[in-house]
Amino acid sequence: MEVRRTIKYEADRVRGFSKEIMSVSGCDQLQSCIQCGTCSGTCPLSIYMDFSPRQVMALVRADFKNEVLASKTVWLCASCYACTVECPRKIRITDIMYALKQRAIKDGIYPRHFPIPILAKEFSEMVRRKGRITETLLVMRLFLKANWRAVLGSWRLGLGLIRTGRFVVRQEHIERQAELTAMLAAANQGNGKPKEAA
Amino acid sequence: MKYSYFPGCSLKGLGRSYEESLLPVMKQLGVEIAELEDWNCCGATAYMSVDEAKAGVLAARNLAIAEKSGPHDLLTPCSACYLVLNKTKHNLEDFPDIRDTVHNALRRGHLTYSGNTKVRHPLDVLVHDVGLEAIKQKVVRPLKGLKVAPYYGCQVVRPYSTFDDAWNPTTMDRLLAALGAEVVHYPLKTKCCGGSLTGTVPEAGLRLTYILLKEAVRRGADVIATICPLCQFNLDAYHDQIDRRWGPARIPTVYFTQLMGLAFGLPARQLGLQRNFIPMKALGTERATV
Repeated sequence: MEVRRTIKYEADRVRGFSKEIMSVSGCDQLQSCIQCGTCSGTCPLSIYMDFSPRQVMALVRADFKNEVLASKTVWLCASCYACTVECPRKIRITDIMYALKQRAIKDGIYPRHFPIPILAKEFSEMVRRKGRITETLLVMRLFLKANWRAVLGSWRLGLGLIRTGRFVVRQEHIERQAELTAMLAAANQGNGKPKEAA
Repeated sequence: MKYSYFPGCSLKGLGRSYEESLLPVMKQLGVEIAELEDWNCCGATAYMSVDEAKAGVLAARNLAIAEKSGPHDLLTPCSACYLVLNKTKHNLEDFPDIRDTVHNALRRGHLTYSGNTKVRHPLDVLVHDVGLEAIKQKVVRPLKGLKVAPYYGCQVVRPYSTFDDAWNPTTMDRLLAALGAEVVHYPLKTKCCGGSLTGTVPEAGLRLTYILLKEAVRRGADVIATICPLCQFNLDAYHDQIDRRWGPARIPTVYFTQLMGLAFGLPARQLGLQRNFIPMKALGTERATV
């Protein structure tokens, strides 16, 4: 008989994780969560999630970093802001999901071959290089990186886009790319003030 | 009346018929529009998932260029752009750390931003600046007998909308009624269409799209009117996959600006209506599109 532990040990926690997430701008209200579940109830995608939004709030607050970042939940959030508008404690749940996505990408912890983080990375790469997105080219890159078989499954969609004149193959770009590149590089350096001692 | 115009990437690509209909409609109403000089991608939901500081810089560059180019409000038709630009405005006001980072980065591009750019959706501008009376006067072909389900989607009404309700917006309902259309009661008007999940996790994303379509059909609508390029794409382009998974829910989805153009007597082709996967039937019996 194979058994699986369904309750976490305290030792599974990564101390300090909740503090890190709550220190992200707009995420500090998390500590006032009353676990009412309004977020899970309004979320149109919670029925597909491995942890409901309410559970994610509890897991983050209790420092269960690895469980949260490896879950599909944060990537299934489509940013419709229903939870954020409805939360009785004014917690910006959508923004917390963003903070978790950023953290998962930074730490390289996300479900492998899951197309959404790959899309996010390809998207930002195209913006960094060209300043604008050409959607059809972005989707092609996504397919190549995530699942080339999907190209075959979507041939009908591609043909339809060509037929309706919506399949743009010329990459859109801005004129002053150097200006944008310099600005994005500056963002890496933070607010331009010396960092406080950690 | 004059506005700066931030089209965003979609209106030059998959959502080009939104621009194709928006511009002539605004022209008919005497609204002057100047495309923002050298605008860049707003960052959308994707960039915010990767790096918040850079996402703020991307959006702020546009706000700064808009501020520099004149005292005009920034007309922003795409829901994702509208949300991101407004969110960045709020973040710059509320969070000193983000403000310092963004201002520091803007200086590298010899730009400044002091918070004065107003980001406005065309719906807001049309109903509150132009006014329903002025719009009614331009209607030469009322959309009589056309049953329209008004679909707003999420990111224009939540959470930063300045002009309508988060759950039961009515701006487009009133606009469509002014065009002579019959507005169908559509309680799903602000439910999520699935966003980019339709492509990345179709089982979940397309299900949301299917529910929206099915409900519009059930309510007897002839057409769904939308205000967002991603909503239009999701509701229009995936019918073959939806048919296979859950059965047919065929109904055309068009931009509210396309319906305005039709009511103003502009030809369907000039409004980009030929770009639909599911074509809209003309107001008579013949098809409006090729």
